[in-house]
Amino acid sequence: MFEGLLTITVFLPATVAILVTLFARGKEVDRQVRWISIAASAVTFALTVMVYVGYDQAVGGIQMVDYYERWIPVDALRSSYLLGVDGLSAPLVLLTGILGLAAAFASWRIKKRVREYFMWLLLLETAVLGVFVSLDLLLFFIFFEFELIPMFMLIVLWGSGRPRYSAMKFVLFTLAGGAFMLVGILAIYVTPDVGTLAMVSIPELGITGIPELMAGAKLALPAALIFGFFFIAFAVKLPLWPVHSWLPDAHTDAPTAVSVMLAGVLLKMAGYGLLRINLGFFQETQDFTIHDVAGPMAIIAAISVIYGGIVTVRQTDMKRLIAYSSVSHMGFVMLGLSAVGASAVDTSAAGLNGAALQMFTHGTITGLAFLMVGLSYDRTHTRHIPHLGGLWKKMPMIAIFFLIAGFGSLGLPALSGFVAEIMVFLGTFSVWPWPTAVAAFGVVLAAGYTLWMVQRVFFGARPATPGLSDQVYENLTDASWVDMIPVIILAAPIFIIGLWPSVVTDVFDIGIQAVLR
Amino acid sequence: MTVNDFWVLSPEIAMALLALVVITADLITRNVVKVLFITLVGLTVPLVLALNLWYGWFGDPVAGSALFGTVEADRFSLFFKFLLITVSAGTILASVKYIAADRMKNYGGEFLSLLLLSVTGMMLLVSATELITIYVALELSALPIVALAAIHRTKQGIEAGTKFFVLSAISSAILLYGFAYIYGYVGSTNLEMIMERLAVIPTEAGVPFGSYAVLLAVILVVAGFGFKMAVVPWQMWVPDVYQGAPTPVAAFLSVASKASAFAVIMRIMYSAFGDPSMMQDWSGLFAILAAISMTVGNVLALAQSNMKRLLGYSTIAQAGYILVGVASVPANQVGSAFSGAGPQGAMYYLAGYAFTNLAVFFAVIAITMRTGDDSIDGLKGMLKRSPLLASLLVFGILSLLGMPPTVGFMAKVVVFGSALNANLAWLAVIGVVNTVIAAYYYLRVIRMIVFDDPVETSTFSGDKPILVAAGVAAIGTGIFGLAPFLLLEFAESALTIVPGL
Repeated sequence: MFEGLLTITVFLPATVAILVTLFARGKEVDRQVRWISIAASAVTFALTVMVYVGYDQAVGGIQMVDYYERWIPVDALRSSYLLGVDGLSAPLVLLTGILGLAAAFASWRIKKRVREYFMWLLLLETAVLGVFVSLDLLLFFIFFEFELIPMFMLIVLWGSGRPRYSAMKFVLFTLAGGAFMLVGILAIYVTPDVGTLAMVSIPELGITGIPELMAGAKLALPAALIFGFFFIAFAVKLPLWPVHSWLPDAHTDAPTAVSVMLAGVLLKMAGYGLLRINLGFFQETQDFTIHDVAGPMAIIAAISVIYGGIVTVRQTDMKRLIAYSSVSHMGFVMLGLSAVGASAVDTSAAGLNGAALQMFTHGTITGLAFLMVGLSYDRTHTRHIPHLGGLWKKMPMIAIFFLIAGFGSLGLPALSGFVAEIMVFLGTFSVWPWPTAVAAFGVVLAAGYTLWMVQRVFFGARPATPGLSDQVYENLTDASWVDMIPVIILAAPIFIIGLWPSVVTDVFDIGIQAVLR
Repeated sequence: MTVNDFWVLSPEIAMALLALVVITADLITRNVVKVLFITLVGLTVPLVLALNLWYGWFGDPVAGSALFGTVEADRFSLFFKFLLITVSAGTILASVKYIAADRMKNYGGEFLSLLLLSVTGMMLLVSATELITIYVALELSALPIVALAAIHRTKQGIEAGTKFFVLSAISSAILLYGFAYIYGYVGSTNLEMIMERLAVIPTEAGVPFGSYAVLLAVILVVAGFGFKMAVVPWQMWVPDVYQGAPTPVAAFLSVASKASAFAVIMRIMYSAFGDPSMMQDWSGLFAILAAISMTVGNVLALAQSNMKRLLGYSTIAQAGYILVGVASVPANQVGSAFSGAGPQGAMYYLAGYAFTNLAVFFAVIAITMRTGDDSIDGLKGMLKRSPLLASLLVFGILSLLGMPPTVGFMAKVVVFGSALNANLAWLAVIGVVNTVIAAYYYLRVIRMIVFDDPVETSTFSGDKPILVAAGVAAIGTGIFGLAPFLLLEFAESALTIVPGL
């Protein structure tokens, strides 16, 4: 691949966003902005495909490095502009490209302040891409925090329900987590033996990364504390029980495309951070390693899965239901991570691979589910499950794809969710049998709430006291071709990975092995 | 004066001549638009001359110093000269509408000319290497501002002008007192000579700076410049003057005056008291001032209801952050590498802050000129009334707050990083805590701009010149945040004052 590919990929959406905002004028401006933004997302998607395909699996390691050493040329702060992908980040970059394109199409029906809307959406894509390809901790942190601004704006200005409350809650939770992370970053940096911000070693460039330097080093603060700082930041974002409460609010009140992005890729930044930083940095540190807390991690993961599942069963709002199911599903990611085991000998790479794959599949499946809820809501103007029923006859396409998302979510074989969950269970069971056994019930709960919702909303008879008048019900229409574009974009990977998982898992495995060293 | 002296002083001379040309042109044409045009075009002359001194386009001057070693056109001074010229160009662009307004009709030329004279003083100030020259340059930079602050002759304006005059006179007196002590003790007013003599004078053990006389002198000098830098406890004039003076003047004051004061204090400290043991002594003094300034500025800003006053307090806090960089001296370096990260960070912060603060002030000027209401409540719902101006304002405030990826964030990271490196971890912690306090009042303003419903619904857009000025400032805020090396490399090569680099 050519020099600067990653830089272009990351900054293309933001550049287009700013240019469009500054220069798009005139009568037809909304239409133009919409098309330009979709085109920008499509090009970004193409670039992310190039990144993914261009990643040479035979070579492995960090590839497509963009390096500018003197980004912050201060001796006191040796932070460089260092972008690169490895097996861990390449699939997530691709995922961001897919979801960015889907989100742009899903925003087709936005009518209010179109220009600003797309500006924020594209800036959001840049921020997320930046998180996945940054290999310098400070740069990583900047992108991680920058994502808040577009997200906040998108929820507040285009959200429904109580957008200000939800957006503020989201920002405060994440900012608090971010503050902890910054302290952790500085503590690692000021450790005399470390003194670098590079997250990985790149021998070709003479860069020795933090994981190697931290091995056996005495850190500026106790290692357990620094681990905790990062863990809190990512646990909030993932989210894990008990710091998950921002997620249902943010999801419920965000516009459809933003929910897709939030569930699809923003949560993955946390999973990625856990893998790259908490797992990657704290394997051989003095006094404390991740192996010491793998057990508690498994237990929290099991609680998250079960708690999330039980709360989901009680939801009556479709969007809230899917939001809570995310808590449960991201619990599987944490469970897979805990397969790192109580010592290096116990580590099960299969569990970690499962966690990585679960991130990818959850991105597409939940993204699709939010999209379908959005399409259904656009027509019925209610998400209250008891008010709905029998929609199958009126909108069969929406019902079918809703069902696909549901099946993917509950882990039906041949769909990607199954592969990810089975990998997590198989990998983790040998390491933590009891928490895994408990968490496995999450799948049963998932089957329960998913099938119950789909059955009630689409296939059951209309309720005795319907939320929709007969006239509204009669006039319901199915998805149009424009609506179907993002649906197809998100549904395709679910089938592809379900039938041919190694297309992603092979790449993830390279990354996981590198992180485990 | 030799040819070399002219060469070294060429930017200042050009600037002073420009001030005279402008006032003459104003007398002849009586057309304020033409005068403005002449001013803006004329500003390129000192800029080109300063660039020439940096890059040596037309050949290098024979010696860096001029007028018997009283001024020096080193890269450190040139860095600030570029900044000052840019800031004055921005201020003039932002004042176009102001000057063309009816009540300013008869003294638009005077306004511009006074501004240019003040800039001349500041340019001289940043290159002065001798105490008397520093004093004269300081007066030249301050006196025009007195007239500028009171130029409207409103009650508030005159109050602002008088306040600034009295306090600036007092601070000059304190400064001179300090200078007198230095001269009395070492027998020279030349900064380098002072350093040489101090090195040979026997010192008392256990006394900061080796002698109570020097200690007192340093405290008096810092106090004298403390007024200009607007750091606590010499900050009382700031909110009143900012509120009373015309907003472009307040913008100029908050950026140019502050930058030149920081430049000269860094030069005095590093050139005259640059001995490593002395460095550690004054580092402690600045660290304390930094901590107090950040905390007091931010806490007092919490309760403000007037936007200009709020910005006044915010600049006090920002001065505190810059002082963190000044306090992080190489002598306290933790590692073995000898580096000027502290002063470099302070220069980066000053330049980044200049762009940020100008973006904020210019947007406020454009908005208040239309609404006539400079309370914070007056900004309610501004995003709906004037999307572009409101966005620029919000962007600038985000940078003041220190949100990535703006220059405000980067600059804070750099100065706090340099503090950690200079064994001042406690100061870095206070700085971080302060950014959280500051987030409260900055976010309150942003909330009003973005989410509240406007009092009036009429929409408007700013005037072209001020939009250009605010836009350029905002672009700088973004670019220098994304690509910090642009300014940092520049600042690094301008660190000519730090001994040993």
